[in-house]
Amino acid sequence: MSSTAYIAGVGVISAIGNNVPEHLAAFEREQPGMGEITMLDTIYQGKIPVAEVKLKNSELAAMTGMPADISRTTLLSLVAAQEALADAQIPGLDELRTGFVSANTVGGMDKSEDFFIDFVKDNSKGKLKNVYDHECGSITEIVAEKLGLKDYMTTISTACSSSANAIFYGARLIKNDVLDVVVAGGADALTKFTLNGFNTLMILDPEFCKPFDEHRQGLNLGEGAGYVVLVSDKVAKTLRKAPCCKLSGYNNSNDAYHQTASSPDGTGSYLAMKGALERSGLRPSDINYINLHGTGTPNNDSAEGTAITRVFETEYPPVSSTKSFTGHTLGASGGVEAVFSVLAIRHGLIYPNLRFKTRMNEIPFKPETKFLKGQNISHVMSNSFGFGGNCTSLIFSKI
Amino acid sequence: MKVYIRSSACISPQNTFRNGDFLADTVEYTSTRLTAIEPDYKEFVDPKLLRRMSRIIKMGVATAQECLNKANNVMPEAIITGTAYGCLEDTVTFLTRIIEQGEEMLPPTSFIQSTHNTVAAQIALMLQCHGYNNTFVHKGISFESALLDAIMLLNEKEADNILVGGTDEITDTSFTVLTRLGLYRRWPVSNLDLYATRSKGSIGGEGAAFFMLTDKPSPDNLAELTGIRTIYKPITLKDIEKRVAAFLAENDLTIDDIGLVITGKSGDLRHDEIYEELDLSLFKNSALANYKHLCGEYPTSSSFALWLASNIIKNGSVPAVTIERGLIKTPPKKILVYNHYQKIYHSLMLISAI
Repeated sequence: MSSTAYIAGVGVISAIGNNVPEHLAAFEREQPGMGEITMLDTIYQGKIPVAEVKLKNSELAAMTGMPADISRTTLLSLVAAQEALADAQIPGLDELRTGFVSANTVGGMDKSEDFFIDFVKDNSKGKLKNVYDHECGSITEIVAEKLGLKDYMTTISTACSSSANAIFYGARLIKNDVLDVVVAGGADALTKFTLNGFNTLMILDPEFCKPFDEHRQGLNLGEGAGYVVLVSDKVAKTLRKAPCCKLSGYNNSNDAYHQTASSPDGTGSYLAMKGALERSGLRPSDINYINLHGTGTPNNDSAEGTAITRVFETEYPPVSSTKSFTGHTLGASGGVEAVFSVLAIRHGLIYPNLRFKTRMNEIPFKPETKFLKGQNISHVMSNSFGFGGNCTSLIFSKI
Repeated sequence: MKVYIRSSACISPQNTFRNGDFLADTVEYTSTRLTAIEPDYKEFVDPKLLRRMSRIIKMGVATAQECLNKANNVMPEAIITGTAYGCLEDTVTFLTRIIEQGEEMLPPTSFIQSTHNTVAAQIALMLQCHGYNNTFVHKGISFESALLDAIMLLNEKEADNILVGGTDEITDTSFTVLTRLGLYRRWPVSNLDLYATRSKGSIGGEGAAFFMLTDKPSPDNLAELTGIRTIYKPITLKDIEKRVAAFLAENDLTIDDIGLVITGKSGDLRHDEIYEELDLSLFKNSALANYKHLCGEYPTSSSFALWLASNIIKNGSVPAVTIERGLIKTPPKKILVYNHYQKIYHSLMLISAI
């Protein structure tokens, strides 16, 4: 038990870009990814905005060398994980103990939905191939096989905090000397299942979402994937490109309040942030930027805002929700936003919180609304909270 | 550091819950699907909540509560579950309604409870436990992943008591689909004749098993969890033999030190050939036991096997219904559990007397 986990590479795909450079450009242009539903066959086309990745399955398949009839979640996962590994350029990868820890919330649900249309009418019907990879673990397995990361693989599913948990689980596999290199993060594609699910909860904004605004009305669903490559001390020393940061803090706490709602005082989020700070040995005032969970629902933003007020008291760092660009990518969000946190350190950036107008009554701070370059960013906190009270905070620190 | 199993509880197709007779009164099924024997849940769960909970949530929460009761109701610092399929009943309900009702007038409850972390979350809610809470969903090693997480947390000194469980349910839909995929037999079979009738396919099963793990020694602990290992797609039988021997060697043991080997024979001749060959090679002098004729085949069935192994160690006796081969003269002090799921995910667990 020794090694810190260093971040050697990142990869991301979401509604605002298919790779890291496209994301940086979209942030600078302040260009959000939401729009009308074009890919899902749903009655909500034209009624509810979503943040779709702008590539069809056939295009994602061509990028990855995979068949186009597999789950979109697998394709998104592979695009981002491949980019992360290529970014890391780890010498002698084949000789190292490598693993893949990935997260998602509904596995191959997009294909299961196709299967069920025929199956519901007649239980002997429905193309079995479409349901074969229904399990969350199937997505991970296919991608790990393709990337050759086979010493250890596993899948985490804790709703919207899933991939934040995957990332720090990956760091712990290194710390416990189980592996040398771990690609960790998560993926989720838009599905009718999740769209209808969140719609029944009446927490989808009929317009583009306004996180942390007094007049916010809910979230926009998004899709995507985000991965970081975590490496041990030993591997970090061999890298051609020195790692820019490490995972210095993390904590997983449970709100233990309600299956879907957050407690009014944000107990779970408070404990997650406080625990991550303690583990990193940092004071609240050391944090230069918080990438908020900031879904845009009245409940989340109020609980998260209250918890931040409790943790940071009077010295509030710049905060913003990049979900105002990408929508809420659910099981992928912790991975996607971990990549944004690393990029904030690597390039000295703070991202704007789009469409913010009015500060929330119950909290004394407001999010950053401008894209800021040339910042000195040493420590970034990334929050991910989910159904079931699962709250996780990560802290990335410059080296 | 040593890892101990402080307490255990199990709901399965056998009378394993709150029953002291330890598989003496075996339940026979003539079917290709074994259904868990459920207790009266009112004692464990608020009746108001109970009405909305699906079977897997009820099984998970009640098993967790019973496991806690047996550990003097200590508050765990972490709750970790493994489930390959998650909350299938709620998932299928919501998916079916989307299709049948054309996405309109859908009630939210089944969606809310469909997320894979619902069991771990409901346990946290019941206990008001704000600690670490995680759910692993990786096919045939979902439960083993949860165990590895718990062992690492103990090693990191993050926790003294960790509640770990494996849960999976079988539903009409999953049974139909998995039968079509060839996992289960086409004709009903007595579970007690499962290994005597050679055929493709196993029998479907389900259950929940929870364990309180700790690094604190105590004469009340059931057993020591000496080690676990997972292996992905081993290429040859030789490869498996080598890795089993290496796993034992890491614990300063050879196969001759193992008093009982529990294997995951499922009655599917395509899968059992691996066990049968090992029975003639590496395990040729070992006493052997089986468990899947009792609980059925499912991706987290290794949690049933761990429940069986730790209680064999504690009770000092091997239930007759599990014994395949070998005279077990003295109570086994070391048990090796070797299971594979669909030949892809292999796992080893080593359980020792304290």
